[in-house]
Amino acid sequence: MSVFTIEAFLAILGLVLLMIEAFAPDISRRTLAALSIGGTALALVLFFTVASHETSSLPAFVQPWMKLDSLAIFYKGLSLVITLLVLWLMHECAPYLSKYTVDGRLSELFSLPLIVCAGMMWMAAATDLVTVFVALELVTVSFYVLVAFARKSNLALEAGVKYLILGALSTGILVFGIAWIYGATGSLSFEGISAALAKPETSKVPALLGAAFLLAGLGFKVAAAPFQSWVPDVYQGAPIPVTTFLSVGSKAAGFVVLTRTVEALIGEHSIIGPEVKALLLVLGALTVLLGSLPAIFQQSVKRLLGYSSISHAGYLILALACGDSIRTGMTSGGIVAFYLATYLPMTVLAFLVLAVLRVNGQGEDIRDFRGLGKRSPLLALALTLALASLAGLPLTAGFMGKLFVFFSLVDHAYWGALVCATIGAAAGFYYYFRAIVAIYSTEGSSNEPLKLNIASKVGATVLAVVIVVLGVYPKPLQHTLTKPVEVAAKASAH
Amino acid sequence: MSPLEIVILLPLVAALAIWLGAPARLTSVGTAFLNLLLVLGLAWNFKSASAGKAGFAYESARIVLDNPAISFAVGADGLAIILALLTALVALAAVWQINPDKPGIYHIASHLIAGGAFGAFLSTDVFFLYAFHELALIPTLIMIANHGHGDDEYRKSVAWKTTVYLGVGSLILLAGLAWLVLEFSSGGKLTFDLMALKAQAAATPLPKGTQSTIAFILLIGFGTLVSLFPLHSWAAPAYATAPTPVAMLHSGVLKKFGLYGLIRIVLPLLPEGFYCPCVQNALLFMLLGNILIMGFVTIHQKRLDDVLANSSVMHMGYIFLGLSAGTETALRGAVLLMFAHGISIALLFGLAGRMRNQIGTLELNKLGGLGAHAPVFTVLFAFGAFASIGLPGLANFAGEVMIFLGSFTNFGSTSFGPLQWAVVGALWGVVMSAVYMLRAYRSIFQGTAMAGHFVTDPSWSQRVPFVLLAAVLLVAGCCPWILLGLFKTDLATLTDAASTAVQSATKAVSH
Repeated sequence: MSVFTIEAFLAILGLVLLMIEAFAPDISRRTLAALSIGGTALALVLFFTVASHETSSLPAFVQPWMKLDSLAIFYKGLSLVITLLVLWLMHECAPYLSKYTVDGRLSELFSLPLIVCAGMMWMAAATDLVTVFVALELVTVSFYVLVAFARKSNLALEAGVKYLILGALSTGILVFGIAWIYGATGSLSFEGISAALAKPETSKVPALLGAAFLLAGLGFKVAAAPFQSWVPDVYQGAPIPVTTFLSVGSKAAGFVVLTRTVEALIGEHSIIGPEVKALLLVLGALTVLLGSLPAIFQQSVKRLLGYSSISHAGYLILALACGDSIRTGMTSGGIVAFYLATYLPMTVLAFLVLAVLRVNGQGEDIRDFRGLGKRSPLLALALTLALASLAGLPLTAGFMGKLFVFFSLVDHAYWGALVCATIGAAAGFYYYFRAIVAIYSTEGSSNEPLKLNIASKVGATVLAVVIVVLGVYPKPLQHTLTKPVEVAAKASAH
Repeated sequence: MSPLEIVILLPLVAALAIWLGAPARLTSVGTAFLNLLLVLGLAWNFKSASAGKAGFAYESARIVLDNPAISFAVGADGLAIILALLTALVALAAVWQINPDKPGIYHIASHLIAGGAFGAFLSTDVFFLYAFHELALIPTLIMIANHGHGDDEYRKSVAWKTTVYLGVGSLILLAGLAWLVLEFSSGGKLTFDLMALKAQAAATPLPKGTQSTIAFILLIGFGTLVSLFPLHSWAAPAYATAPTPVAMLHSGVLKKFGLYGLIRIVLPLLPEGFYCPCVQNALLFMLLGNILIMGFVTIHQKRLDDVLANSSVMHMGYIFLGLSAGTETALRGAVLLMFAHGISIALLFGLAGRMRNQIGTLELNKLGGLGAHAPVFTVLFAFGAFASIGLPGLANFAGEVMIFLGSFTNFGSTSFGPLQWAVVGALWGVVMSAVYMLRAYRSIFQGTAMAGHFVTDPSWSQRVPFVLLAAVLLVAGCCPWILLGLFKTDLATLTDAASTAVQSATKAVSH
């Protein structure tokens, strides 16, 4: 069995669930959720058994468009994990979400994530821009539905419309960029583009134009400035599980494509390398600032996490702009993958707490956190860890990734970007701590204990433990990620 | 497993246990006591444990990351042992004096701060040294924001100011450390191991320009954490607002982290940078700001907690003076003063907290004549106040004298340079300390009592923490060699580097 079979299985399972719902409307939500979660869990287990084989490869008919390097395997695993967590969150949120749909049914909620997951997994392995585009659209179109899922809520409708319009626009820009790149380099595969850009006779201006449009289109997907303005509204309006999915899954998928694109564009002798690097540096620094400075003034936690997600995207873009660092021995792709892997538990944990509060009939404002320390010490501690990790405090998962980014910036002496990153991180201290202080604030709006089911308790504990373990002992995670580095180093040495 | 790991983990485990529902006071005081015994034992055994070793005693290392090489490495030299002793003493006093009616979070926060401080002082890996300090900052800020004195609006604003200052300070520090580690990288390998970095610094020192730039960045980063003038303005409101145990632990112990970092990282790794004239002169200006300007500011304070908080900022100037001189006498004096100041300010904040609990105000002009009703309390306060002024026989005196003498002679140079002028200026600080402390003492304890404002002597069990701290002040003041004997060669190697750096700098100037 190959990894491709698993992806196909997921996509087919998604379609089957959709059909079941259409032709057997009486089927219970529980069954659907169980099928969907069970299917994903099975896929995850199969994936780990398959991916651990050295010889795992793709079937011949997809090999022209996909490559199974370690970066691809890593992102495929990440997609499966986040999909599983999101499906579980959807199950937890189902009682309140069903109030916002027209007929109280939630079936697409359990089938669409599977299709998204398959799309993200394909995207991770794609080696040419057309495959990237098809996979990306599979993900984005599914998200159009998911974002506007709570149809009876005005905020959700607004979010859906904004996401649809801006998403369609960015898709257009992306295709435009791909066309220019093809025109300039005569190739659609990353290798071909990289090779063509290394030749001095390739004309520079069309290539630059294509690169700019390409980066703009991808910038929308990963919420980079100046294409970030949709994020807070969409994060606020979308149902909590969908927001989680957007902020981790969609972002990770966007970044694997961005990593490969940037690597192709700024390859060693690329004629447009310096320009693209400069562009990315400016975009990255701007993204950090436009993410973290407005976050200071937010009252809604979902909007806060939206802005925080923008600023995290900024750090990742800065890491990509630096390229590989010789003195630290780290590739930019490795840093981005590490960062995203640590970003997963903290973001999911923060949204899990929001979901629990929501199920308990509370809002999504910072002041709804008040008294959480008394109402549920477990959730309070877990959320504290998640927020501290998002702020990038040492001994939590979020620190190492930021440290690597800072290392890269210092190593390449990009002082301006470093200053912006520092300002962003300092602002991060402020707005995350505001939430942490609210948790332990004594004047709580209510003192009754929160109702927590076993699954939430276990989930919160596990995620919190993961955050601390990754923060204190990051060696195993780095080991899984340094493989591509060593391979790449060996390849370049030959 | 090294005993030092137990020292670091014990408070963290205690905090976790209290969070899980263990009886707060019993667990908390019990652990703190146990830890003090453990640290005392380690200090007692230190001579034999470190005999024949060039570096640290009680070492152990657990690798957590390969590249950059980071390991949870602990080890103690004389400096680390003295500061661990300070942490253990203040932690015990701080948790002991917490009123039984306070919620468990007071104990949890105190132990987290203590654990972070132990970790920072005992780590021999730059990453963990930095990380443990951050760990201790979070509970400090949460406690100021949620349980501090004053109304909601005010304490929140104080907490934010502190968060922003310390957050930015730590980020500058982090940037400096990252640069430092990068400069010492070899062949695509980075290391955070202090011993490896030291070896590299000895073998191939960095170019002088790089050294002084990094040293300056680190001075600003560490300096913010120690409230070095003009980056000090967070400190006084934070200490005056913080709940008593947090004020004791932060001003007494955690603040010393910045000074410790300068001695531990900057002096050995960047000697030429730290002792180059530009960094030195900037530091001298800043520390004189601490001593003279903050001295005047302190004299003007109208409330006891403000007096103590500002005096704590001011006294950091002396310690910086000791570092800036870099002679062995001055460095030893600086470490001794770090210890002494930690004990004395913790004692004063503890007593002031008790007073606030009983009377509800600390306004100097509303208080008076307390001495007649509470003789024990008065004597204990006198110990702290007189130590803080620098009265002979109490610990601070020994430290200050060593700093002044060591700075004045400055490697036997006969020239009367900026450092010597700074010493002359700094000496006036002693006079100012006497002015504000004696004035505060007089207006609180002497004269006639105001109606309704009385304190009673603490009960026997409540006296223990304060008597402990006062006794330590007396013992360390009369027999400072007990502490100073713990240093072996660890400061001597530093001063060698400093003297070479200073002499090469003077040569460069005279040529």
